[in-house]
Amino acid sequence: AAGMFLRLLSDVRWRAANPKWRRMTCSRRSTSSTAEPHPVSLPAQAQVVICGGGIMGTSVAYHLSKMGWKDIVLLEQGRLAAGTTRFCAGIVSTARHVSIELKMADYSNKLYQQLEQETGVKTGYVKTGSISLAQTQDRLISLKRVASSLNVMGIPCEIITPKQVAQLHPLINIHDLVGAMYVPEDALVSSANVSLALATAASRNGVQIHERTSVSHVSVQKGRVTGVETDRGQIQCQYFINCAGQWAYELGHSGEEPVNIPLHACEHFYLLTHPLKEPLASNLPTIVDPDGRIYIRNWQGGILSGGFEKNPKPLFTEGRNQLEIQNLQEDWDHFEPLLSALLRRMPDLEALQIMQLVNCPESFTPDMRCIMGESPTVRGYFVLAGMNSAGISYGGGAGKYLAEWMVNGYPSENVWPLDLKRFGTLQSSRTFLRHRVMEVMPLMCDLKVPRWDFQTGRQLRTSPLYDRLDAQGARWMEKHGFERVKYFVPPGKDLLDLDQSKTFYKPDWFDIVGSEVKCCKEAVCVIDMSSFTKFEISSTGDQALENLQYLFSNDLDVPVGHVVHTGMLNEKGGYENDCSIARLSKRSFFMISPTDQQVHCWAWLKNRLPDDSTLTMEDVTWKYTALNLIGPRAVDVLSELSYAPITPEHFPSLFCKEMSVGYANGIRVMSITHTGEPGFMLYIPIEYALHVYNEVMNMGQKYGIRNAGYYALRSLRIEKFFAFWGQDLDAFTTPMECGREFQVKLEKGMQFVGQEALLEQKQNGVYKRFTMFILEDHDTDMDLWPWWGEPIFRNGRYVGKTTSSAYSYTLERHVCLGFVQHFDEKTGEQLVVTTDFINQGEYEIDIAGQRFQAKAKLYPFSSLFTHRRRKDEVELSGYQRE
Amino acid sequence: FYLTPPQVNSILKANEYSFKVPEFDGKNVSSVLGFDSNQLPANAPIEDRRSAATCLQTRGMLLGVFDGHAGCACAQAVSERLFYYIAVSLLPHETLLEIENAVESGRALLPILQWHKHPNDYFSKEASKLYFSSLRTYWQELIDLNSGETTDVKEALINAFKRLDNDISLEAQVGDPNSFLNYLVLRVAFSGATACVAHVDGVDLHIANTGDSRAMLGVQEEDGSWSAVNLSYDHNAQNEHEVERVKMEHPKSEEKSLVKQDRLLGLLMPFRAFGDVKFKWSIELQKRVVESGPDQLNDNEYTKFIPPNYHTPPYLTAEPEVIHHKLRPQDKFLVLATDGLWETMHRQDVARIVGEYLTGVHHQQPIAVGGYKVTLGQMHGLLTERRARISSVFEDQNAATHLIRHAVGNNEFGTVDHERLSKMLSLPEELARMYRDDITIIVVQFNSHVIGACQNEE
Repeated sequence: AAGMFLRLLSDVRWRAANPKWRRMTCSRRSTSSTAEPHPVSLPAQAQVVICGGGIMGTSVAYHLSKMGWKDIVLLEQGRLAAGTTRFCAGIVSTARHVSIELKMADYSNKLYQQLEQETGVKTGYVKTGSISLAQTQDRLISLKRVASSLNVMGIPCEIITPKQVAQLHPLINIHDLVGAMYVPEDALVSSANVSLALATAASRNGVQIHERTSVSHVSVQKGRVTGVETDRGQIQCQYFINCAGQWAYELGHSGEEPVNIPLHACEHFYLLTHPLKEPLASNLPTIVDPDGRIYIRNWQGGILSGGFEKNPKPLFTEGRNQLEIQNLQEDWDHFEPLLSALLRRMPDLEALQIMQLVNCPESFTPDMRCIMGESPTVRGYFVLAGMNSAGISYGGGAGKYLAEWMVNGYPSENVWPLDLKRFGTLQSSRTFLRHRVMEVMPLMCDLKVPRWDFQTGRQLRTSPLYDRLDAQGARWMEKHGFERVKYFVPPGKDLLDLDQSKTFYKPDWFDIVGSEVKCCKEAVCVIDMSSFTKFEISSTGDQALENLQYLFSNDLDVPVGHVVHTGMLNEKGGYENDCSIARLSKRSFFMISPTDQQVHCWAWLKNRLPDDSTLTMEDVTWKYTALNLIGPRAVDVLSELSYAPITPEHFPSLFCKEMSVGYANGIRVMSITHTGEPGFMLYIPIEYALHVYNEVMNMGQKYGIRNAGYYALRSLRIEKFFAFWGQDLDAFTTPMECGREFQVKLEKGMQFVGQEALLEQKQNGVYKRFTMFILEDHDTDMDLWPWWGEPIFRNGRYVGKTTSSAYSYTLERHVCLGFVQHFDEKTGEQLVVTTDFINQGEYEIDIAGQRFQAKAKLYPFSSLFTHRRRKDEVELSGYQRE
Repeated sequence: FYLTPPQVNSILKANEYSFKVPEFDGKNVSSVLGFDSNQLPANAPIEDRRSAATCLQTRGMLLGVFDGHAGCACAQAVSERLFYYIAVSLLPHETLLEIENAVESGRALLPILQWHKHPNDYFSKEASKLYFSSLRTYWQELIDLNSGETTDVKEALINAFKRLDNDISLEAQVGDPNSFLNYLVLRVAFSGATACVAHVDGVDLHIANTGDSRAMLGVQEEDGSWSAVNLSYDHNAQNEHEVERVKMEHPKSEEKSLVKQDRLLGLLMPFRAFGDVKFKWSIELQKRVVESGPDQLNDNEYTKFIPPNYHTPPYLTAEPEVIHHKLRPQDKFLVLATDGLWETMHRQDVARIVGEYLTGVHHQQPIAVGGYKVTLGQMHGLLTERRARISSVFEDQNAATHLIRHAVGNNEFGTVDHERLSKMLSLPEELARMYRDDITIIVVQFNSHVIGACQNEE
């Protein structure tokens, strides 16, 4: 086996440009004879220490050194590019579903293309193109969605017929195909050589590379990285980057201050063959056959083919470190389904001789997206790992973003979907990871349909009402480990089973959610929203107010009992978090944020609040159950249960009061619903949750109360043009860009984070604008449904993408929310987006290649709100200035 | 004509049943993961019975197979009643008192057993009152006897077996005013049944066996291979100790007539059984009961017939032989089966087939290409063939079904031959019994982690 891989590496004929470098190669060649493995001693200190010499480590080193950081040490426990990087198939593919992943892959492709010229190291880069095959219509829809994304990014890509597939590739059996997607610029590389090229360039830029040096743990003082311990001594450093691939989890847990990096390795198999009689051309396109779960590329005149089987084999659950990945056992019986798929796709290969079945572990993450960013608990501890078998495609881009993150404080793109802080410690159980990656790996090839829910690792965090709701027909989804209700299946009604309900069209819950929405509009509904992140911040003096005034954009110096919607902005004015803050007393605040903010928001505030014992912040998420009472009759239910006047005079909108509900005391009632509908949020100490829920349901009966879920909530908030953080809002969106100027108090008498950027935007205008689109010629029953990420066209030109969408049962139309930009027709330069620009365009939304006319609106329909609304609803006041 | 594979499967699976112990029921962690059971009739109607239940007032689980002869009435009665007798025998004095008080004052009774039944496993509604009153008499006696000692499982099992057989005998002697019931209790007493019962509580496994059904433990050796350990002795002519015992219990003058043609008194294969009063009652009693009994009984030649050389009854007992075994982590499963299985399969094969089925591991050598020249097509052919070889395993979701498939369908090479399987299953009713016996199997799977943990505690 080893011999074969030497051959894989045989075209590495790199000249060492750096003397340090050469000495190390010499020592490597002579390991057997000389007892002098480490001629270069480790430095005592460095600014950055990178652990891991695979594609990730070398890419970060390359980009950091390019950006001017020179004092970098890269440590590799074995030899450079000898782990997963050496074994991986070397396919650079831009056909990705998530936009940030697509951008990373695109950048990687461009980087690798010129790398050989830049470094002089042969990378084996060949532009072959790739063809993704569709055996079913649903698969073709999925590919068309990707194609739409690629096209608007300027990446050439087309949907082709089976006949065209046959013309591009001579061996393919096309009889069972309905179409395919061709991406002509996708490429093949020798992944190890790309990694070595990046290392060479980094080394020329001053990065010191030490092989055969393993990090035992990272030293931390006062929550900051101070250095690393290696088997060859200590290095003091300010930054540590964990690029240890499948060992990243273990390394993260080796120190006193554990850093959770939720990933787990699975075995991954691919086949290598001898050359064909007539050797395959090296520029023959790579084939991806997701329905057959395989990929096939040309390799030295023969083929390399692997795949993602339905029954993956996770390994190293208990953690087993080893120097380099040994060639694990070949398991032909396990590979059989993939081999069958290969021979079905290319029947002529029957007579081709096998060279080897390679078993190479890959690391997978709980949500199929890679992990990058800074640890929420240890400052200066960065991570880049968990590539879900797309390390080569992402390597360049991921390294670039992480380098930008470290040098500039934040990457040039929104990488929240990849941010380590999207996970908490709750995703660090090995059992959870083992079970979840067994689901994730097959998903690589499964259809990416809207509203997919993971099936494994569920029921981890639940509301105290879970069993009650479940018994009433609740169907669940999971966010940040928390079970949330999607909708309630009425008794006697049966939905299709999971597999069949996977659809790009109108889903089977359509009428169920419709009736929940109707009930919210006409009577009253209860939604359990306990998953919300809840913090309490208080102080002995005015410190809490002063600090929060600085960290939040709206004015928090409001009378006690008021609730303020506000952004938590970064320096550029972008939303790090979007929350509601209630002033409980002069000196204490109750802060409510989206569910997945639990780790990120905590870290953000911890890092910025003074280390002062008189100022306390507590995560009380688990202490309160949150019930959302939505609807015009919510007020009746609540007043009957509390014997307190809840009329608008006594309880205006955006108010918070502690009151009793039923027998239970101390319920925090807020007059907000997060949907724009009238109603209340009840924050209930968990021991009262069941009592209050029962009381509400009993009392509510005469008002027609019923349970509802998040799908109804989403439909309500989207038709009201409510943006949600994590979906519509991110760190690159400012309040000015989404019509939320009213949630910013620019003149609150003191400075706050992001103020300057906002002032500048106010003066000069914004470059993108959050807009609401109502689909005009879209047939809800027959047409593909929008989801998110659909390109928006204005007068035939691409102007942006949607961020969320829902069917509005009130408008009886689909509503998409998204951002509109203004690109100069000639230069492509971004211009200011004015109200006129938005209003004076003809819009179309592209759903899987089909364009639907859409009406753009910057403000929600006022007619929707006059309907049974209290006059003094201020929750929406900002929108009503039209 | 041949049955298609789906037809074969529907016959094999008609009676299959699986029970999984809830992983964590909030009370205790069980050493039993669950069990699979199934039966395949050869007689029409089938004369085998099976039972499984969880004890609710004490710890442990009960599982048993019952092989009836001369009809199914006795096996049916034993399958309904025996576990209640065992459970009651195991109950502490206070619980017995509590139950008696509840019955006395008409309050709801504590549930004693939670049954795990296949829909075809029925309980006789008509006799339930009679059965209950006999059971109540038993516990009342236990209350009066109050020994104050903790109940020994072995003793409890023996007492329960003997008591039930005694009650069956008494009920037949006393009769019942209801003519249907009267006939029923007589049929129960005049037919017979063997019983092989397992009681599992933590690492303590007790097997109580009466007759020629068998309990076998599947043990996984360190190298992964499977071996079988017998946890019961057959009570038949092949068992020297049994022959010895029977001879000891009767005068030397009968020595030659006791066991003839490997049968008790030349008639009965099992040497211990429930019911079979023809081998237990005195001739006078038999005659009296038959004569005063209903006409159906009188018309039956079998019941009237007195065994030859019948001098010193009883010749037969229901007293079980009890074996206690401490479960070890390598003990992976227990097979309880009626002789229909053991006639066709060696226990070593049973251990291997079930073991491989449960672990999903098939001792096929992994393929390595090595230096050989192998084409993709050749490899594909090889792999498909290997897959087909193990696919019969995946057809079955039930270990007992899988075992029956092998027992009936195995060819001389030890692999399931569909043609043979199809032939055996399509035999007409009147012929089936000549080629095979009723087969009833329960496969109990143990939780090695729990057993390991229990061991460490001790």
